[in-house]
Amino acid sequence: MNFFWRMGLLLAGMLAVVIGLSVITGISWLDLSWVMPDNVVSTFGPTLDNLWLVILWITGIIFVVTEITLLVFMVKYRHKEDRKADYIHGSNKAEVVWTTITFVIVMALAFYTKGIWDEIRDPNLIPADAYPIHMMAKQFEWNATYAGADGQFGTADDFLSLNVLHIPVDRPVVVQLEAEDVIHSFFLPEFRVKQDAVPGMSTPVWFEATRTGEFTLACAELCGLGHYTMGGTVIVHSQADFQDWLAQQQAAAEDD
Amino acid sequence: MSTTTAMETHTGTAEHHELSFIRKYIFSTDHKMIAKQFLFGGLMFLALGGALAVMIRWQLGFPGRPLPMPLRILFPDTMAPGGIILPEFYNSLVTMHATFMVFFALMPLMAGVFGNLLIPLQIGAEDMAFPRINMASFWIMPVAGFIMLASFFVEGGAAGAGWTSYAPLSTSGEWTGVYMGQILWLVSLIILGFSSILGALNYVSTVINMRAPGMTWFRIPLATWSIFITAWLLLLAIPILTGGLLLLLFDQTIGTAFFRPEGSGEPLLWQHIFWFFGHPEVYILIVPAMGFVSEVIACRSRKPIFGYHSMVVAMVSIGFLGWVVWGHHMFQSGMNPLLGMTFVVTTVVIAVPSAIKTFNWMGTLWRGNIHFDTPLLHAVAFVALFIIGGLSGIFMASAPVDIYIHDTYFIVAHLHYVLVGGSLFGIFAGITFWYPKMFGRMMNEGLGKVHFALSFLFYNMAFFPMHNLGVQGMMRRIYDPNQYEFLQGLQPLNTFISISIFCFAATQILFAFNFLWSLRAGKVAGNNPWKSNTLLWTTPSPPPHGNFPEMPTVYRGPYEYSHPDREEDYWPQDEPPATTGSGGETVTTPTPELVPGG
Repeated sequence: MNFFWRMGLLLAGMLAVVIGLSVITGISWLDLSWVMPDNVVSTFGPTLDNLWLVILWITGIIFVVTEITLLVFMVKYRHKEDRKADYIHGSNKAEVVWTTITFVIVMALAFYTKGIWDEIRDPNLIPADAYPIHMMAKQFEWNATYAGADGQFGTADDFLSLNVLHIPVDRPVVVQLEAEDVIHSFFLPEFRVKQDAVPGMSTPVWFEATRTGEFTLACAELCGLGHYTMGGTVIVHSQADFQDWLAQQQAAAEDD
Repeated sequence: MSTTTAMETHTGTAEHHELSFIRKYIFSTDHKMIAKQFLFGGLMFLALGGALAVMIRWQLGFPGRPLPMPLRILFPDTMAPGGIILPEFYNSLVTMHATFMVFFALMPLMAGVFGNLLIPLQIGAEDMAFPRINMASFWIMPVAGFIMLASFFVEGGAAGAGWTSYAPLSTSGEWTGVYMGQILWLVSLIILGFSSILGALNYVSTVINMRAPGMTWFRIPLATWSIFITAWLLLLAIPILTGGLLLLLFDQTIGTAFFRPEGSGEPLLWQHIFWFFGHPEVYILIVPAMGFVSEVIACRSRKPIFGYHSMVVAMVSIGFLGWVVWGHHMFQSGMNPLLGMTFVVTTVVIAVPSAIKTFNWMGTLWRGNIHFDTPLLHAVAFVALFIIGGLSGIFMASAPVDIYIHDTYFIVAHLHYVLVGGSLFGIFAGITFWYPKMFGRMMNEGLGKVHFALSFLFYNMAFFPMHNLGVQGMMRRIYDPNQYEFLQGLQPLNTFISISIFCFAATQILFAFNFLWSLRAGKVAGNNPWKSNTLLWTTPSPPPHGNFPEMPTVYRGPYEYSHPDREEDYWPQDEPPATTGSGGETVTTPTPELVPGG
């Protein structure tokens, strides 16, 4: 058997193992997405998904080209008795070319990234009209505090919502994250939001929902025994419903 | 250069008289024996770390299902009652898997084994600069390892705050249920740090002072270069970790508040200290593998390494850049977001030396005469997988994309592409390549190839789909992803990954068998089975105490393969220049690169 037959058989064998195990476990490779899941519900979410796509294209092309080149070299320059390798020590020209190209690509990417990062995270660019909510994370629950009718935190009419974050649609919300015991991480997958809540610190994170519905709130930082249970829900209301919900909670809080 | 004087005092050392069993095999000061001790120790911890990984994957692949039979009865009710892994035990598994793999398997296997084996033999020294310190460096490891292992058996179990031990979770048993285990974890790592420091001190001193005549800086083989750079990183990074660990220990035991917010401590300070050590640590775990791979690829494609100087410069720049990127682990930590861009820029710049290295390996294979031996297969797999690990790093380096993938399985995939695809395949390349020098016999080639092919297949089946888990948002370190509705659909993929890991682990039995069986039954290697150029291969296999019967003199660089004027396709570094070429004419050496101080 010549080289190509043997390699072909080897690859076919490997493919058979992959397919076999896929069938047994019931996964379909077609369902495995390489782009961000199509579930985004925040205003800056699509920007991030787009940045993901840009990086996926750049790295994807480099990946395919380099791996194929490597494979071609392996096959083409495989050992043959009658041949000697070329006596080449390198090429300064080649070094300069690939150093420069890599440098230009990554720097371009870094500066393209900058604008997006600032838009989302620059503390000076948090929308001024954002609706404020205080979130206290502790083992293993999320306590959202709303300011109540007076719009002030720390007053008697504040009220709590446990493990459910209610927010209005189409209006920026700024969540002031704090933690009581250890570090937790406030993760809203559909909103493309993640920010650690650190004890002793108060960290703002803002976002704006683009549609109503129920979404996931998860803890993304190992926080102890019950870390995996520290989930919650984000409920996005229409603006009118949100006002109703606030009024209702307010009334309930005053009854206590 | 003072090497000459240093070396002259050692002539005649080859005639050491027989040492007692204890001095020869246990408390040995011979760098080759110490390398073997690190090798056996490191491989045992590798197997242990692997076993913990299998347990983790059992829980994720088959959540809530009792462990299969032989394992079920092994664990007490505090860990896995009825064979079902408890959440607190799962946290310990995750923590200890990483701890054993990083500190007790990869570090000893990289620096401990190959630093000891290669440095004196590749630069032409009779031993390390400080043989007794070297012995101490090894014997600290079993002590630290014993303490770490013991932590499984104390009340509350082993540390469960992650290998990163983020404060305040790690500062008190109140938060994890682990009191003594966490303290033992800290004590063990503080002790282990001395092992690395003593080893690194030796590597640096030996390379600087004990090179054979003619072994200029730019004639040093890249494997030794890589360990030299790694040793500097160890010397500078380990004290930072040790300092941090001590402060954390104080917080735990005597009520200080360096990292605890009550009493004005700063939880983020721990992260800064940890990652300021932690990122250089990542390069401690990968740079030596880059050196081994360079050695193997040049030798087995019978071609001079492409861009030797660029390779050295690239490794040195990776070493430097490693110090200014730690913030990329902390984009979502609450660190001032205005610092974000600084770390984005420094991080992506690391792509440049990484790309230089990758292209130079490919350039070395280009127009070579590639021998498909086991070491070469592992080395090329390293390059192929390092490309994936490097490219996936770009996603995380981009801070806004990191918002979503931070602390998800995308990170787990990335770090395992670097530390298993990179470091472990690099270690396999190194072990299979230098095994004949260590033990005087060859490993079995057929078994080696089967082990390689299955490892490569199962490795990729296990870790490549983890990228997809991350894209779907699955978090790291969660005991049962099915708690979250949006992760329930991922169960089949998790099962697929788990079975692949089990197969990958089982494949390693082939390696263990080949390793042990070849000790006795392997083909006798001879001095230079790979027809390589470095001084190491001029010694008998295994080399005697004192290494070189005669002081070698170095005439050329280490990668003079396939020189057109020579009949042989290699040209040992110590072969005098005025040899006769194939046509009877006198061949002259290429002018050696002259370096100040070299």
